[in-house]
Amino acid sequence: MSTFAGSKGARGSLQRRKALNTALLLIFLLYSFLPLFYLIVSSTKSNANLFSSFGLWFASSFDLLSNLHKVFTFNGGIYLRWLLNTAYYSVISAVGATFLATMAGYVFAKFHFRGRTLLFALILGAIMIPQTALAIPLYLLLSKIGLVNTPFAVILPSLVFPFGVYLMRVYAEQSVPDELLEAARIDGAGEFRIFFRVVLRILAPGFVTVLLFSFVFTWNNYFLPLIVLNDPRLYTITVGLAAWNSQASAAGGGSQALFPLVITGGLVGIIPIIAAFLFLQRYWQGGLTFGSLK
Amino acid sequence: MASQISSPAEERSESSGKRFAPRGKGRHRILQAGIPYLFLLPFMLVFLVFLILPLFYALGISLFETRLATGTAFAGLQNYAHALGDSNFWDGVRRMVIFGIFQVPIMLGLALVFALVLDGGTVWLRNLFRLGFYLPYAVPSVVAALIWGYLYGPSFGPFTQLAHTFSLPAPNFLSDSLMLPSIANIVTWEFTGYNMIIMYAALQSIPSELNDAAAVDGARGWQIALHVKIPMIRSAILLTIIFSIIGTLQLFNEPQIMQAIAPQVIGDHYTPNLYAYTLAFTNQQYNYSAAISFVLGAVVVVFSYTFMLLANRGELRR
Repeated sequence: MSTFAGSKGARGSLQRRKALNTALLLIFLLYSFLPLFYLIVSSTKSNANLFSSFGLWFASSFDLLSNLHKVFTFNGGIYLRWLLNTAYYSVISAVGATFLATMAGYVFAKFHFRGRTLLFALILGAIMIPQTALAIPLYLLLSKIGLVNTPFAVILPSLVFPFGVYLMRVYAEQSVPDELLEAARIDGAGEFRIFFRVVLRILAPGFVTVLLFSFVFTWNNYFLPLIVLNDPRLYTITVGLAAWNSQASAAGGGSQALFPLVITGGLVGIIPIIAAFLFLQRYWQGGLTFGSLK
Repeated sequence: MASQISSPAEERSESSGKRFAPRGKGRHRILQAGIPYLFLLPFMLVFLVFLILPLFYALGISLFETRLATGTAFAGLQNYAHALGDSNFWDGVRRMVIFGIFQVPIMLGLALVFALVLDGGTVWLRNLFRLGFYLPYAVPSVVAALIWGYLYGPSFGPFTQLAHTFSLPAPNFLSDSLMLPSIANIVTWEFTGYNMIIMYAALQSIPSELNDAAAVDGARGWQIALHVKIPMIRSAILLTIIFSIIGTLQLFNEPQIMQAIAPQVIGDHYTPNLYAYTLAFTNQQYNYSAAISFVLGAVVVVFSYTFMLLANRGELRR
């Protein structure tokens, strides 16, 4: 990349630099899209074509519909259950986690109270804990109170979203004016009324950001549901697909017919998440500015 | 986030101390003082029950041992002594350190270059790149590992097919020697865009006057990037490094999926987390597994902390 800036050639050099940069980034874009393209192409192939046709292009016959039919009917239509389970766990967890994180983040941003620094440090420190350090005792504790193998085993632990508290604190610090709170207090409004009537409305963009992140986190989570759910009818998509893959990979013979199911099931399973990211672009792109703050 | 803030909200209060001064006196004052805690209560409740409690429970059971003959008995630090000398565990840690030494700089280096290029504006199709690079992060790591596993695959992977077409020896991505780079590639694919967005967002919040001033002083694009922009987003870069160190040492999903595809290559202690998982759920050695998890937690803290120290010392020297 040239740092030369001749006054006459400046315009041409800028164009050249743009072309060079664009080319560089296009290579990586190709890399980013390659596996997704492969997933889409493969989801249109029968099991036989998966093995006999070239992986990165379509086969002569188009079997997407038949694959979809297989995915949704295999084993009594268990895939649809996984899809609904995942949606159910993710929506409840996300709404709950975001509410708790918003209340906590707002308080950390706008109130001064004893233990504030310590509590916040504790919450941030939680991000460093290895997932196994938590998941194994969580499993043992949940099994003691009979919650293992129930939706609660996935939902309740997913309500804890320390990262969301951090994001909401930063967002509330930036967006909720102290004068507004003072004015509402002088008008005699109670703190909860202020929060639900005034603050929540201001925090709405931050709320959506945390909602999106916690939703995606639960939707994509693998370790927790893998451990606390044994009943295939309660599985999430990630655990179910991994189980199908194990079956398909384990035996060389007849189980290979499961590969199109894993591929097509994987494609269907990521569509809601990709749609959420596409539609809520301005939230996640803005929501990550926290890194710039001390 | 800055872009979403409406103008009246721009006044940021600098000190955190004087924000909330309870008015009134007596009873009212006491009630007011309790309000922050009431707001915190729901979060702290789930935080304590589903995070702190399991942590202490794990700490507790890690001090016991279960034998078929004698049942569960207090074992003191015996599990920890065992863990410190467990070559299976350290084997995994060493593998992840090697993994991280190569994978993290490549991933974050790419992320930084892309973020700088997108922020600098000397590129076409900016929105497409921003979105396209981030897209892999939306894909669950399980599905990412499955897709790449099939792409690598010797039976119907396109790379093998291409090699056969040109009568070349097919690279065996799932072999003993190539498995680690193959997993590193999956992780790079998943998280480069995510890290890029963190850095890009930080770059976007640098006041434009600063870049303008540097440009007036005669600094060129890459000089501005090196001497103005990168120092300005230092905290964001440090954050991505710390997150990457934590994520690397805790790697589980990708190797666990690859284990199903290549069981002869990925053993039960390929990564420390995989080892802890196998100990707990295959061998039912919950006590020992809990101890392993804590030692891993300590390793994570040591690495993160050492890195922070080094980074801060480098900063002081300048």
